[in-house]
Amino acid sequence: MQRIYLLLLLVMLLLPASLASAQTELSLWYHGAGNETERSILIGIIDDFNASQSDYTVLLEEFPQESYNSSIVAAAAAGDLPDIIDVDGPVMPGWAWAGWMSPLNLSEGALDDFLPGAIGEWNGEVYSVGLWDAAVSIYARRSVLEANDIRIPTLEEPWTGEEFDAILETLQATGEFEYAFDPGMAWTGEWYPYAFSPFLQSFGGDMIDRSTYLTAEGALNGDAGLAFGNWWQSLFERGLAPGTSQDGADRETGFIDGKYALQWNGNWAGINTLDAVGDDLLFLPAPDFGSGSTIGAASWQFGISSSSMHKDGASAFIEFAIQDEYLAAFSDGIGLIPATAGSAAMSQHYSDGGALEVYFELSNQQALVRPVTPGYATLALIFEKALADISNGADVQDTLDAAVDEIDADIEDNMGYGFEM
Amino acid sequence: MTTAAEARKNAPLWVRLLLPKDAPLYQRGDAIFGWLLALPALLVLTIFLVIPFLMAFVMSFTNQRLVSPNPTEWVGMRNFERLLTIRAFTLEPERDESGAIVYDDDGSIAYPRLRNFTRKNPDYPELNGLREVTSWQAGENRTVILAADVVFLRALINTLIFAGVIAPLQGGCALLLALLLNQALPYINVFRAIYFAPVVVSMVVVSLLWRFIYDGQNGLLNTMLGIVTFGSFQPVDWLGNPYTAMPALIAMSAWQAVGFHMVIWLSGLQTIPTSLYEAAGLDGAGAWQKFRYVTWPGLRNTAVLVLIVIVIQAMGLFVQVDVMTRGGPLDATQSVVFQAVQRGYDKQDIAEGSAISVVLFVIVLVITIVNRYLTRDKD
Repeated sequence: MQRIYLLLLLVMLLLPASLASAQTELSLWYHGAGNETERSILIGIIDDFNASQSDYTVLLEEFPQESYNSSIVAAAAAGDLPDIIDVDGPVMPGWAWAGWMSPLNLSEGALDDFLPGAIGEWNGEVYSVGLWDAAVSIYARRSVLEANDIRIPTLEEPWTGEEFDAILETLQATGEFEYAFDPGMAWTGEWYPYAFSPFLQSFGGDMIDRSTYLTAEGALNGDAGLAFGNWWQSLFERGLAPGTSQDGADRETGFIDGKYALQWNGNWAGINTLDAVGDDLLFLPAPDFGSGSTIGAASWQFGISSSSMHKDGASAFIEFAIQDEYLAAFSDGIGLIPATAGSAAMSQHYSDGGALEVYFELSNQQALVRPVTPGYATLALIFEKALADISNGADVQDTLDAAVDEIDADIEDNMGYGFEM
Repeated sequence: MTTAAEARKNAPLWVRLLLPKDAPLYQRGDAIFGWLLALPALLVLTIFLVIPFLMAFVMSFTNQRLVSPNPTEWVGMRNFERLLTIRAFTLEPERDESGAIVYDDDGSIAYPRLRNFTRKNPDYPELNGLREVTSWQAGENRTVILAADVVFLRALINTLIFAGVIAPLQGGCALLLALLLNQALPYINVFRAIYFAPVVVSMVVVSLLWRFIYDGQNGLLNTMLGIVTFGSFQPVDWLGNPYTAMPALIAMSAWQAVGFHMVIWLSGLQTIPTSLYEAAGLDGAGAWQKFRYVTWPGLRNTAVLVLIVIVIQAMGLFVQVDVMTRGGPLDATQSVVFQAVQRGYDKQDIAEGSAISVVLFVIVLVITIVNRYLTRDKD
């Protein structure tokens, strides 16, 4: 009797192994739990991939976005990372530096047509690639601009900083709006560095000195940083923009309701706003404060975990997923910017004459990825606090100095985050 | 037959340790059973409280990171020095070439900018990286208090103010409610339930709701104040103004948990025998005298409990800050636990977060000991 049990046990132990030897399972973790459209598109890609070859089966596990990063951190600590990792662009260097990710192994030229913001590079190697990018523009109504004799800017000739400032004063003076400009202070967190650091860059500053990545001295608190900080503070002092206590609901609907004349917002809100406002809606490029117009880049991307036993399979899946038809499907489904020109042409909103077409060129021409350093997570929080404090009336120079000190101390604590000290 | 003393002598060490000295050994079965009953709770407490605390204590002396390939190293007291360094510094007025004091446009004495001294000035290495906490004029000089970590210091002061204000406020209101509800009126339990309701609602939900109430433009509070004053009240941005943000948090927090402490006061009130009130009434005591000489002494132990619970809860101020203000505006609502979470988790500096937790532990310990001492039974 006991022998039979032993035999049964042996069979049970060997059975999954023998099955697995036929088809290797690859685990994929994704941040978008709860979004049905997103899920069905991703499932579609996975099914297509599983059907297209017989070596691998990809298994999807979904997480809510808020807890996704902590799940990865916990999994890394437990040595239990999935084969294919979904990672937010600016966070990727941190995970690569920590040794959780391996460089992608894609075929030559696979990423040639990709928007620069959709390619995650760190230390000279590509670690992740996105099926889409996101971009930010100024939402405006054509009728409002024309009624106030305001020039409609173009990608080639955006508003200058002075022009933009004068426009805000003009719009505020009409008395028709609670605020002339809604930068989106209610969206605390990653929105601040993503959406506001481009203004700083346009002034000629940056969150960190990108030539060494070892200090923020001079970049954040230099003359350009100070000029940006003073302008930023004056937006709120002059009552041109709602401050940090902005109501989240106002952020969502304030422009549509006519409370705000202009709104700094991303392509993801484009379709809804277009439905509400109609043809009157304009997506305008960021103003040029002297060093050109820039916008943030990089969204969620796919990469491979370093602990994966099947890196070839994981790479094969990623290469399969970045086909134009899938990029277009994601774009049509959830409104994101398709990562290649080919897929943009196939997509509903970003093809010739599409409602959001302008965003593709915005991304293509003006996108600048956020600082590519493992220290980004901390850097972003320090920057967010500095901007919030300045908008609330803190001394600009002192606040920027303090931010620089904290950034530099963090870099030193981390022995340069892998950069040559 | 062996005597109890002999049996104790022969018993294994752990039995001797666990049993009270004068307990006869036949009770050791009870003792083992008792420890068995306590085991699940002890296990959970050890795993989720004792071990994490010991780990935090150890980590606070290292440079442990959440995400890093760098090896963890001992750094001694560095984390605590960064948190707690405070210095005084005297600023001398700016003088022109003749040595006369320079004045501002508005007539006050002009001082050199602090950053001339605190940023990489080789003459003042001890001031490097420090920031101003507060300053005052003394003669023609200006004394400035500098700290290495102004945000933490603000968080510490805010938390102490929060605890100091909310303890009498919440405790007092709860006692008032308890006295009102400690009457044999019809449907009194309905009122008790109503006042207790906010306690069972999650703090996150309460915080979200109060964000609407405090909304700067058309929040409930501004609207109501506008109606009451016939529109002459100017709307206040309660959470966006550094002067009103903390009071707003205090009021909302006091409201949320007042029902909990009301129930504790109620239970205390109901332990006071009615015969005492009757006797006091016969002696001609009025309502205030009854409260002063019967109720209050009878609530002594309850008061100690309520006070300690409120203060310890207040020192852990976090959810309201996280949901409503995230420490702003201008650090007006920073709290110690919020800083510990933000640094340890969001900024991935586990060592620094642990150091803050250890500092908080010491503070709560001291407060509790002082509290116990002040409210000790003097008999």
